[in-house]
Amino acid sequence: MTRNIIEVSDLSVAYAHNPVIWHINLAVKANSRTAVVGPNGAGKSTLIKSIMNLNKPLSGKVEINGKKPKHALKNIAYVPQKGEVNWDFPTTVLDVVLMGRYVHKGWFKRMNKADVAAAMDALSTMKMEAFKDRQISELSGGQRQRVFLARAICHDADFYIMDEPLQGIDITTEKLIIDTIKALQAKGKSFLVVHHNLDTVEEYFDHVIILNKSVIAQGTIEEAWKKENIDKAYDDRSVTT
Amino acid sequence: MIEVWFVLIVTALATSILGVFLVLKGLSMTTDAISHTILLGIVLAFFITQDLRSPWLIIGAGLIGLLTVYLIQVIINTRLIKQDAAIGIVFTALFALAIILVSRYADNVHLDLDVVLMGEVLFAPLNRIEIFGFSVPNALWQLSLLLVINCGFVALFYKELKLSTFDPTYAYIAGFSTTLIYYLLMTLVSITAVTAFDAVGSILVINFFVAPALTAYLLVKRLSHMIWVSFIFAFINSTLGYLAGDHLDVSMSGATSFVAFIVFMLVFLLNPKGFVSTKVKQHNQKKVFARAMILMLMNEDEHRTISRRGIQSHFNLDDKSFKKHIEHLLLNGYVEQNTDGYTLTRRGEEYTHYTRIKYELPAS
Repeated sequence: MTRNIIEVSDLSVAYAHNPVIWHINLAVKANSRTAVVGPNGAGKSTLIKSIMNLNKPLSGKVEINGKKPKHALKNIAYVPQKGEVNWDFPTTVLDVVLMGRYVHKGWFKRMNKADVAAAMDALSTMKMEAFKDRQISELSGGQRQRVFLARAICHDADFYIMDEPLQGIDITTEKLIIDTIKALQAKGKSFLVVHHNLDTVEEYFDHVIILNKSVIAQGTIEEAWKKENIDKAYDDRSVTT
Repeated sequence: MIEVWFVLIVTALATSILGVFLVLKGLSMTTDAISHTILLGIVLAFFITQDLRSPWLIIGAGLIGLLTVYLIQVIINTRLIKQDAAIGIVFTALFALAIILVSRYADNVHLDLDVVLMGEVLFAPLNRIEIFGFSVPNALWQLSLLLVINCGFVALFYKELKLSTFDPTYAYIAGFSTTLIYYLLMTLVSITAVTAFDAVGSILVINFFVAPALTAYLLVKRLSHMIWVSFIFAFINSTLGYLAGDHLDVSMSGATSFVAFIVFMLVFLLNPKGFVSTKVKQHNQKKVFARAMILMLMNEDEHRTISRRGIQSHFNLDDKSFKKHIEHLLLNGYVEQNTDGYTLTRRGEEYTHYTRIKYELPAS
């Protein structure tokens, strides 16, 4: 048995009066590529935000590498949804990727040559070197996602959390991102990825968590990725709406 | 008089460097709220110290500024009311309290509401202070000190300010307290606003904070450039404002703010990616596209020919715009006129071929 990098027990989160996720118990295996799938409003983003201590749960406990999230956050490279930042911010591609190094610097310290070299390495992994001086507002959706992933690579964490990294991007970028994820997994990294395309789950991931307010199924693709589980998650929704 | 000019410039520089982050964080109206509510801090501190020169007035203003930001945040966090409404209610409540206190208890002291609201930079040289044996206007000394403090703050926290403004979630994960940076920034905004009161007043100080930064925002693609370009606009605005105010004998802070608006509009309209050039480009694009579509229509016809009526009714064109488009197409040799209407030429045929590739349309 491989160890668990994340353990969540009895987690419930509500916004105002509406419960978003209920009694979540789950584990993410170290060195896995774990997908989180579920219909719209199933609480996928809420779940990963709770794991990163970004919202206050009603109940429950999250442990990352056996530690409280607050003390383990620096070891997480987060790839947000594209819409979460202001793309008109006056900054360049290289600058955004360099932000991945801030976590290793602490307050007040400046970037040095080694940091720039690391950022350029990450950019070349994502085939974006030619864009290093572009303003981020001039990038396409796929290029924005590449920049985010380059920043995460630059961060050099053991654990990546990604919120719909393949949403609204071109097919070349999608392939590049998945190849990069697989290459990083071979180097011992772990992934928790919110994913929306049911057709590619088997091809892209080795573990899956099927979510609809609570966990419908979880485990390896062979164990959990079954028609009845998928139907249960998605049909419940169509009945209630 | 040159001292008046200096005071205006230093005010503009000290405010605009913070303004860069206020604009990027979407806090312009919060700043406007602070620049009014801090009057309450001044009034309360004055009641305690009974001294209009006391530094406690600035501390009081700083504390009330933070209270303003905090109250607005508390109301937003309930998710019952949006940011603009939260600002509106907190801003007016605290400001009104200050007005009530002044009108009830401070009628007989020299806390001149007119000067607080409108500012009067011309009076600045009257209050003087000895620094290293030189006599300088008090406002000039205080604002210069603040300029240094604000620049120091931005230099020291540059990386943290950038990250927490661009991507607060990532800043939190990377271990930087966005809350701490936010409140530090807003404390400096409060202190700067109260210090700028004498010179520019509480109503127009918002313009000094945000106008140069907004103008710079239209032109730059890097944060550091935005700061430098803001400084340049702050200098231009206050200098032209000073000259206009002096020449026309009007309020200098008013003149500076109005100049700032004109400068902003000029940059907005005329910069290479600005309003005018974008509109021109869009207009041209529309014409090119409309003409390409006319050719495509002919291309889809088996005889490559469409009558004038056919074209006009298909694209809903009036006579005038039809004539314009067709004359252009005839002139370029894409179509030729005959008894049935208009027929696509070989050149026109080639053009539609490239159009299909360009717009990724399926081949006919």
